[in-house]
Amino acid sequence: MPIDKFVKLESTCVPLPIENVDTDQIIPARFLKATTREGFGDNLFADWRYDKDGNPKKDFVLNDPTYSGKVLVAGQNIGSGSSREHAAWAITGYGFKAVVSSFFADIFKNNSLNNGLLPVQVSKEFLEQLFQAIEKDPATKIEIDLENQKISLLPEGPSESFEINPYKKKCLLNGFDDIDYLLNISEEITKWEEAHS
Amino acid sequence: MAGKTLFEKIWDKHVVTKVDGGPSVLYIDRHFVHEVTSPQAFAGLKDRGIKVRRPEKTIATADHNIPTMGQDQPIRDELSRFQVNKLAQNCEEFGVNLYGLNHKWNGIVHVIGPELGITKPGMTIVCGDSHTSTHGAFGSIAFGIGTSEVEMVLATQTLLQNKPKTMRINIEGELDKGVVSKDIVLYIISQIGTGGATGYFVEFAGSAIRSLSMEARMTICNMSIEMGARGGMIAPDETTFEYIKGREFAPQGAEWEKAVEEWRQLPTDDDAVFDKELTYKASDIEPMITYGTNPGMGIGISKSIPKLEEVEKSTQPTFKKSMEYMDFQAGDPLIGKKVDYVFVGSCTNGRIEDLRAFAEFIKGKKKADNITAWIVPGSHKVEEQAEKEGIRQILEEAGFEMRQPGCSACLAMNDDKIPEGNYAVSTSNRNFEGRQGPGARTMLASPLTAAAAAVTGKITDPRDFL
Repeated sequence: MPIDKFVKLESTCVPLPIENVDTDQIIPARFLKATTREGFGDNLFADWRYDKDGNPKKDFVLNDPTYSGKVLVAGQNIGSGSSREHAAWAITGYGFKAVVSSFFADIFKNNSLNNGLLPVQVSKEFLEQLFQAIEKDPATKIEIDLENQKISLLPEGPSESFEINPYKKKCLLNGFDDIDYLLNISEEITKWEEAHS
Repeated sequence: MAGKTLFEKIWDKHVVTKVDGGPSVLYIDRHFVHEVTSPQAFAGLKDRGIKVRRPEKTIATADHNIPTMGQDQPIRDELSRFQVNKLAQNCEEFGVNLYGLNHKWNGIVHVIGPELGITKPGMTIVCGDSHTSTHGAFGSIAFGIGTSEVEMVLATQTLLQNKPKTMRINIEGELDKGVVSKDIVLYIISQIGTGGATGYFVEFAGSAIRSLSMEARMTICNMSIEMGARGGMIAPDETTFEYIKGREFAPQGAEWEKAVEEWRQLPTDDDAVFDKELTYKASDIEPMITYGTNPGMGIGISKSIPKLEEVEKSTQPTFKKSMEYMDFQAGDPLIGKKVDYVFVGSCTNGRIEDLRAFAEFIKGKKKADNITAWIVPGSHKVEEQAEKEGIRQILEEAGFEMRQPGCSACLAMNDDKIPEGNYAVSTSNRNFEGRQGPGARTMLASPLTAAAAAVTGKITDPRDFL
């Protein structure tokens, strides 16, 4: 399945200044019974977002009309815990295109990249500046430029460069997916199997 | 040239090719599949019109989303039943071996792989489940993957992977009485945090690790992911070979000798260098218990919850949120706090040795009246063995019941949910908010500490009874 291309994004942000947000919070296990990739956005952060009766909790950021945008800004170590890709599907399903944090859990980062969701790892200082800017003015916009690996607070900074694996960058810029790549080297895999059987 | 680590030896042997400036194409020897993280991957194959490349290297089981009572009846929950049936249909259609519900080899994926002898040293093993690191206890590279990656492995038997950095964590010396492998791993995580090993593949070593049984080693590797590591591993030795020998899928006869000879070459060379190395003294570790909402928030059972000012400033808001969720006060001791539920099971502590330890502890005692206890074997084989050893009887005499195998209350996808606001001492691996049911309050501990809570009805130091 080809992934959405990601080139450049200008957007307001949704702040979640909590550390160690695990994938059980992003999408609780009881919602993992589905057999398709659709519909998880409705249950993104379900236990923080809704009360027992399914009513939105006013104090949770996704229910606060002050904040909106295509970028989720989260405290350090987001995505720890379970390998469930449903977490990435819930975040993209909700409409986010990028997640900014000072630290990403390993599998969550891979899952995000495989779904066209850009994980942008910034310094602790930059993250703090970002949280402060959004708190001061929820209309604050940022720009994420994948080609130049640069994230900037608009209009006048600061900005910071971020790391991404060159292969994954190419995939995102072009909407390529890993399986296409691997299927294309099928003969090479066969040769390897023959040599190692 | 410096020698190689256990990790590097296995990794290098499995690289098919390398993408320019990018990841390696890693060949996967065994792929475990379960009902929750595979349906979208099989659907992907159908969309592309392709087959499973190596069905004989793929093993499926149903474990996450199954009931632990009345398994001979159709699953009552409609969505769960549909998902479990979907796995059966997919396995049928793609020719994958399925040890499904009621199969004699059914059980938690990370329990059955090792106990059937499918898991072997030197292998690369993946599964759409973060606790795949369990298999690393045999000296294999084993790690959890997402569903897109499950599809990749089904389609190509390979995976695009960046080579992680290597870390060695040494535990030296002898463990005190009442301190077991779960305490070792909870201790490590409490020291380095849930992101402390992110980006690394960890090898656990040192005299305390070498003295452990395979079951105990699996408990440690199982929780590598809770320190953020891609995976964890332990060098294979005589204990490993002894465990594998004679199991259903173990090599036989001359093949066995050959295999053991190869496995003996795997341990890290003396002159190999790790990117990071940590050493702890076994004697510094006491029975551990968690007080917060991630596995790094653990303390020795005789200690108190940290005071707010002892927590790093930037972490204080998260710490406070955690205390509110648990309804604990910073600075309080845990000993004596009331417990409502005890859960013994999961891929962390649902093996025969865990049930033995629990049964031995509670033998001749009675379950406390305020405790609801769920004792869930990791597999049918564990269940059978427990039956054979009289463990079921010991449990029943003390007022406990043994349920049927599955992941159960570890992630509470089925009906085994801890009610809101209730406290559970759990031998599983995660104490995240709502992990064991919405509003459930989890304290992670060893089977011994769980047993002590089960008979006293409150947090109790298991050493008081030893």
